[in-house]
Amino acid sequence: MKDEFRQSILDALSNPNLTGALGNFSVAYRANRTTAYQGIDFEALRTQIAKVKSSAASHFDELAEQFVKSAEARGTKVFRTSDPNAVRDYILKLAKERGVKSIVKSKSMATEEIHLNKHLEKAGIDVQETDLGEWIIQLAGQTPSHMVMPAIHMTKEEVTEVFNEKVEEGQKPDIAKLVKFARGKLRPMFLNADMGISGANIAVAETGSIAIVTNEGNARLVSTLPRIHVALVGYEKLIEHFKDIAPILTALPKSATAQLLTSYVSIISGPAPNTDGTPKELHIILMDNRRTEMSRDPRFKEALQCIRCASCLNVCPVFRLVGGHVFGKVYTGGIGTILTAWFDALKASDEIQSLCIQCGNCKDVCPGKIDIPELILELRRRLAVEQGQPMIQKAIFSVVNNRHLFHTMMRAASIGQIPFAKDGFIRHLPMFLSTLTEKRSLPTIAAVPFRDRIKKIKQPKCAEKAAFYGGCLVDFAYPEMGEAVVKVLNKAGIEVIFPEGQTCCGAPARYSGAYEVAAQNGADNIKALLAEDVKYVVSACPTCTVALKQDFIANLEAVGRTADLPAARQLAEKVVDFSTLASHLLEQGRLKFKASLKTSKFTYHDSCHFKRTLHADQNPRKLMKQAGYELVEMDECDMCCGMGGSYTLKMPEISTPILERKLGNIEKAGAPLLLIDCPGCVMQIGGGLDKRGSKIKVEHTAQRLADCLE
Amino acid sequence: MSTIIESSAIIESFKARAEAVSAKVERVANKELALELVVRLLHNEGVEDQPRSRAVWAASPMVNASDQKKLAASVPGLKFEVTLDLAADAKVGISQMDWALANTGTLVQSADEVDKRLVSTLPLLHIALVSTRAILPDLPSVLTRVDPMKSAYLSFITGPSRTADIERVLTIGVHGPERLIIVLVDDLEVAA
Repeated sequence: MKDEFRQSILDALSNPNLTGALGNFSVAYRANRTTAYQGIDFEALRTQIAKVKSSAASHFDELAEQFVKSAEARGTKVFRTSDPNAVRDYILKLAKERGVKSIVKSKSMATEEIHLNKHLEKAGIDVQETDLGEWIIQLAGQTPSHMVMPAIHMTKEEVTEVFNEKVEEGQKPDIAKLVKFARGKLRPMFLNADMGISGANIAVAETGSIAIVTNEGNARLVSTLPRIHVALVGYEKLIEHFKDIAPILTALPKSATAQLLTSYVSIISGPAPNTDGTPKELHIILMDNRRTEMSRDPRFKEALQCIRCASCLNVCPVFRLVGGHVFGKVYTGGIGTILTAWFDALKASDEIQSLCIQCGNCKDVCPGKIDIPELILELRRRLAVEQGQPMIQKAIFSVVNNRHLFHTMMRAASIGQIPFAKDGFIRHLPMFLSTLTEKRSLPTIAAVPFRDRIKKIKQPKCAEKAAFYGGCLVDFAYPEMGEAVVKVLNKAGIEVIFPEGQTCCGAPARYSGAYEVAAQNGADNIKALLAEDVKYVVSACPTCTVALKQDFIANLEAVGRTADLPAARQLAEKVVDFSTLASHLLEQGRLKFKASLKTSKFTYHDSCHFKRTLHADQNPRKLMKQAGYELVEMDECDMCCGMGGSYTLKMPEISTPILERKLGNIEKAGAPLLLIDCPGCVMQIGGGLDKRGSKIKVEHTAQRLADCLE
Repeated sequence: MSTIIESSAIIESFKARAEAVSAKVERVANKELALELVVRLLHNEGVEDQPRSRAVWAASPMVNASDQKKLAASVPGLKFEVTLDLAADAKVGISQMDWALANTGTLVQSADEVDKRLVSTLPLLHIALVSTRAILPDLPSVLTRVDPMKSAYLSFITGPSRTADIERVLTIGVHGPERLIIVLVDDLEVAA
């Protein structure tokens, strides 16, 4: 990582205004968004939007052509181009021909994308942004940090300073007064402008209509007062039918700002009269700029389903810490990373893609049903193919991929750590590794790994068998979790075997873009786990479970190893996470709780993959409530803990504050026990609580359940 | 019977949603009472024939069929010939909307005539008249009724102008009106 990028992260993290504002916003947004969607079937709505937008992306050319025809029939002038330069030249030429001296603009990300203002200003034309946030950053000489709220990173004091310096002295940091001041200053500009420039949220091919959404009313003024209106529209805004405006307009304000509808929506289908009665000169520019190319990419076509609501930014645990400017100058956040890779260059996403912790929050709320984390992984994969893996990473994978070497090294490490270990934790590491234990202790590597321990467990002989997939953390750091799984399953009459040939699940390689390595990991595991006839393949690690159930297939597909796919699918059928299996067994009456149990309150942390990929989050809660434990939900129970596999090693600066917030929420819940279904989260959170000297006990659900059973 | 209950539920829903976004909602039985209410509102706002104190009323079926001379006489400063200069200077803008949406508290208007847009955008107070019978359930129901081939400019208005661009604090009245009063008129024919 370049120092410059790391420095921009550190600068953002040390800006309390930024992290405070974004942090508070993210909490309010979650609650308000839920309220806004009350009574609406979000899944059905976004499925409809995805269908409309995906179908449009399959036919960009036809739709653009149809749009031109319909719009021109009404007297609109339409210019189609793939080239951002041609857009700038078209607008500048038009402005010159019509003697335009001043332009008012309503917010448009497409104009940001092509840096239009600079071009027009260079030609001596006065260009005024009129969206309040855009005006502020224009005055301050900055770029938007958020697609919907461009100046979200600034405080009222900073805005006051900008107004005092760039507009008029004497302003005070009173938000209502600052807004009034802006109204007063911008009104004459609206009235005197010769041209209005806007974007559009939707463009309808069959009618040649555009829909523009605002809260301030500036788009109404921009499209009504000046005699010329130019709207710049990216191809991804095209939809075929007028009626399909409804689902997009239903979701956009709710997802963007948790409003049922924005204050204003204008649907413009042709030139309406000007204030002097003459017909408006209406120009619509349809800009491709790699969108068609994107639509032909089987993976990235999906990103064109974006309706630019920015909800992926609002729920992102990383965005709320670092804000938008770290991501670059135009599109920010999760979807911004993807758009930057396409509209700018793949290389431009090299650093920012590493900000994604893969928690999956954005995927859950995306109204365009875009699997943003998966697309970011695909960027990672393509970058790795194009540029190769960093040296250190290569060395790690060569070890991980060699099962014997990996296991030998882990054993060696369990001896090497002795000087730093105490009570099962490593609290300080020397020198360059010290950031790893600055805010959390690490678990010691077990002297005897689970693969050896299980041999010593006396299990009943049962007809029903399950294979246990340990994964590195259970095997080498938390063998007691594996023992608990065996204990529970034995009680239900299931014998547990540990196929020795199992190796790393491939997640570290996959999440770093090294798909060849990940696919080989998968193939080795499939062979090992299918060797014996078992009913279940059970894991106590959600990341491993997801790997076994889904990623093996995806990785093999990605590298074209189709011959291995049937076996991968056969394995996936058998794979189940521990708590889901235990819930089934309890329902079947195969597990019984002890008659007199000493229970307590507990709080539960939702691990990202466990909740958002496996959707198993209610199972452990139900299990423990049935055992008699009282659940106290913590705030943001399903927010990432900052572990993210190797993320915590690559991005300790970001991982740490995410963990700190999580620890605060856990402590605030006030329960003496914290249950988690992921050994990675146990490592991160357990280590964090240990470092704080907390008395809260952290366990895997399997461990607590094992103690509760008859 | 069921339609009456249904329609009262839809009116209540519209009112609740509109008020939730800071609009004020009044309801009157007929056109005459609506005109009386508007006159009263204009008097209360201190409308007079002075700069920055006038009111502009955009043409619509309802006001076109009314005695505009009488109205203008009862409120000096009330103008029916809407120009840009008058609208930019006016305190109050009045217009009739074509539809309303119950589940968002939204007003919808086919606004090709520029005066309709000016009176609902430039003054600080917008008074919007709409027939109770024109309240539709939601967005899809209005999109199937409007014809974009006939309307070059469709306006959707939900509450007054607002922003949260500074510190995300909701502030009412940026570029458009800072107040919106909606007058629901029961006995008013609906545009085709």
